[in-house]
Amino acid sequence: MVDVTLWAGLVPLADSQKHLSVQASTIRELLRKLQDRYPGLEGPFKNEVAVAVNGTIYRNDWSQEIPDGAEVFLMRRLAGG
Amino acid sequence: MSFDATYKEKKLKSVGTRPLRPDGVDKVTGRARYGADFNMPGQLVARVLRSPHAHARIMRIDVSRAVALKGVKAVITAADLPDLTNGNAALYAILDNCMARTKAFYDGHAVAAVAAIDAKVAREALKLIEVEYDVLPHVVDVDAAMAPDAPLLDENLFTQGIDPAPTTPSNVGNRSEFGHGDVESGFAKADVIVERSYKTEQTHQGYIEPHACVASCNVDGTAEMWVCTQGHFVYRQTCADLLGLEVSKLRVTSSEIGGGFGGKTHVWAEPLALALSRKAGRPVKLVMSREEVFRASGPTSQTSIDVKIGATKDGKITAALATLRYSSGPYADSWAETGAMTSFACYDLENVKTVGFEVIVNRPKVAAYRAPSAPMAAFAVESAIDELAHKIGMDSVELRIKNAASEGSRSSYGPIYGPIGIGPTLEAARTHPHMSAPLGKNQGRGMACGFWFNFGGQTCTDLNISADGTVTLAVGTVDVGGSRASLSLIAAEELGISYDDVKAVIADTSTLGYNDMTDGSRGTFSSSMATISAARNAIVTMRERAALMWDIPVEDVAWEEGHAKAVGASYDNRAPLSVKDIAAEAGNTGGPIAGHSELVADGAGVSFGTHICDVEVDPETGATRVIRYTVIQDAGKAVHPAYVEGQYQGGAAQGIGWALNEEYVYGADGRLQNPGFLDYRIPVCSDLPMIDTQILEIPNPNHPYGVRGVGETSIVPPLAAVANAVSDAVGVRMVHVPVSPPRILAALNAKAKG
Amino acid sequence: MTSIAVSTTINGDDVEFLCRADETLLDVLRNRLGLMGAKEGCGTGDCGACSTIMDGRVVCSCLVLGAETEGREIETIEGMANGSDLHPLQSKFIEHAALQCGVCTPGFLMAAKALLAAHPDPTEKEIRFWLAGNLCRCTGYDKIVRAVQDAAAEMRGEGT
Repeated sequence: MVDVTLWAGLVPLADSQKHLSVQASTIRELLRKLQDRYPGLEGPFKNEVAVAVNGTIYRNDWSQEIPDGAEVFLMRRLAGG
Repeated sequence: MSFDATYKEKKLKSVGTRPLRPDGVDKVTGRARYGADFNMPGQLVARVLRSPHAHARIMRIDVSRAVALKGVKAVITAADLPDLTNGNAALYAILDNCMARTKAFYDGHAVAAVAAIDAKVAREALKLIEVEYDVLPHVVDVDAAMAPDAPLLDENLFTQGIDPAPTTPSNVGNRSEFGHGDVESGFAKADVIVERSYKTEQTHQGYIEPHACVASCNVDGTAEMWVCTQGHFVYRQTCADLLGLEVSKLRVTSSEIGGGFGGKTHVWAEPLALALSRKAGRPVKLVMSREEVFRASGPTSQTSIDVKIGATKDGKITAALATLRYSSGPYADSWAETGAMTSFACYDLENVKTVGFEVIVNRPKVAAYRAPSAPMAAFAVESAIDELAHKIGMDSVELRIKNAASEGSRSSYGPIYGPIGIGPTLEAARTHPHMSAPLGKNQGRGMACGFWFNFGGQTCTDLNISADGTVTLAVGTVDVGGSRASLSLIAAEELGISYDDVKAVIADTSTLGYNDMTDGSRGTFSSSMATISAARNAIVTMRERAALMWDIPVEDVAWEEGHAKAVGASYDNRAPLSVKDIAAEAGNTGGPIAGHSELVADGAGVSFGTHICDVEVDPETGATRVIRYTVIQDAGKAVHPAYVEGQYQGGAAQGIGWALNEEYVYGADGRLQNPGFLDYRIPVCSDLPMIDTQILEIPNPNHPYGVRGVGETSIVPPLAAVANAVSDAVGVRMVHVPVSPPRILAALNAKAKG
Repeated sequence: MTSIAVSTTINGDDVEFLCRADETLLDVLRNRLGLMGAKEGCGTGDCGACSTIMDGRVVCSCLVLGAETEGREIETIEGMANGSDLHPLQSKFIEHAALQCGVCTPGFLMAAKALLAAHPDPTEKEIRFWLAGNLCRCTGYDKIVRAVQDAAAEMRGEGT
């Protein structure tokens, strides 16, 4: 299982849950399972989400593996200069 | 991704050296071609008509007299740019910003554009366009825009992120919140609390080259654009979306870019040039004037920030709280959210909370500016930390070291850190001779830390090996500060060849796959990853070719120091084959040799810096002179140290300008009063001292050579470092940047009056 | 509109051109003569990206009318190198990484050339004030000043 924390903007779309547990071994699997559970997340998941896995930020890499017990944060994708 | 990006320590031959840049000769001889240096046969000249009002409903536009003027070939208004954005709010904001649809939202907002045979006719045509405005009340200040009775920009804007959702509209687009622990109980444990409000003014990236493009739409649906941009693939996508073009039929070539700093991550007038070309049936050149650049291309946010920090007597921070309000121009974005994320990122905090409010105002649409949103948050937080150190009676570096985040700390924005460099930059500052140098009369010293995320992203690279063994490296990230040199070093390192045998070019959108922009300090980080991957793919091919040349199994061919080597006792007498040897036989061994790479270069390591600044303030005039400045920053691995130093120095200089002089000044009428370099004063050569740099190298575990982004972090600490130095010099806490002479004099006068 | 015929000298060559009365030297160089090395960063004489040398003096070519150059001697960045030999300032700018985006570089080189003609051994302060009319947003000026110092030493015949 991985523990997932959502950024505040996603919480209303996930039945007001901020912390979730999901069985997932890749970012793709994680996002798919979350979206199955909370269909409202589909919009932001298209291109607004970055996934921090144990502190490393991934912007759009579904194949990235998530180690068991990893700490995952869903963050908004930010702009850079 | 099959490519293994993990950092592996090894001895490097090319990376870390300082060779001459490949575009140097072109740039010192005037041959390098920038946005405005390109022309097409039969091209027209475009000019844009802009709103003189800060906020006005557009009642009527009559272009008939302009159309009738001899030499005018096309006139467009919003009617020529139908809304194809399909509910995408961010894209709609770009469309509306390029050409006002129902309302002009700021002084300088485009309302019509003309293409004519020359600039003179185009200018005359603009005067013939009649626009009837219904002028509306306006608001340009971030705090004023949040007041309950503020003029509303958008009657349909209801603040997101508030539960329950508000029932009345406001100028606040969204509220965001980050943090962990319980700040109230943290403050209860504090012996000392600092609480203050800060303000920062709106600044512009100030690139010396104004936006420029040449657009050419053909009747067969194909189009071309030459443009100065930080991301030609992104410009292509945006322009195609806005104009209904097929993406692959729009070929965008990035010119040499005369500075961007985030301002050229966003289209401003380029879609208008394409629309004019489509209407006129001829190529159109559009070059913005400096005044237009200031009035109508994106500056950064104006901000208002409250900070409260509590600590024990021995300097352990027990709680930290910040409320951040960022202006975003007329369209809500996520600048405050970014500010809220970065505010306390340097520190290991048990109890922390940050709240961001995104505020729309009648100013130009905000664009990214180098580590966007972070410098203002750092100004507020690092000023408060400085004050806290004074209150406790502790050295400000010691206080920061005591609270600095390290590997395993939970960041204030959520995730736990891997190996990071804030601690080492502070340790380097503590022992730096600058910290203990004596100060003279009216002089003061300040220091501050800064954080930026750094990004990776979609990247692809082609590495072609020519028949003579030299290498062409085609990359898709625009070179804004010398990345062709650093990427050539990377290719040379990986292949084991000479830097001089590599020629890096920026490919156009039709000759390479999609690349994200050069933003988020990703240029060298991402493209080096793709270059390493491409080089390794080329090496696989070269080993196969060598095996063929030797008639031995490929498993027996190793790659060492730029040569194929036959391994195994029976091959003892074979001389290793160089890249040149293998390339010379390519025609017989399977054709051209190349390595390609398409990947997502994720895992950019976060970056930290610490700056030290000495100033001298003239108490008579309030004028401040920076007399010594030191930048210490973690680069992960400095690929071309001279250009890493250049990024540190350049970011520091921009931050010093922001701290001391630069600001958008609005009149009561909502018009920008200083849209030029005379009155919007960026630092000049005589304003600055030499800027000392110290490069630390704490390898990024997610890059083969340990590279981190280096471009942006250097602008984060200066606002606070300079303001802390001025506060030290004048004995008054400066809470509003720029700390310009009038603000310093006002503070001194207030102090004198007690 | 009637054009004005102008005879001038640019980079040592006799040049004749026609221009309108309201055209600047910068317009003429870029749009009529194909000399695009001078850049328009502001059009108001504040940024120095269009710096050229007229009769030995640095000018912002955006503030000089084309018609004013009748009988003058103009030097532009295109004439700075001697054939394929770069001027020492040009070499030192590359060597010291004194440019990043490079759009201000032609103007800096023109201004620095005029500086060294007047002051072969300038102090750092003199360099900084001579170049104060040229804006650079990338480098923070540090490496530019060092490149000028080094070029000056080389031109004085001092080994570096």
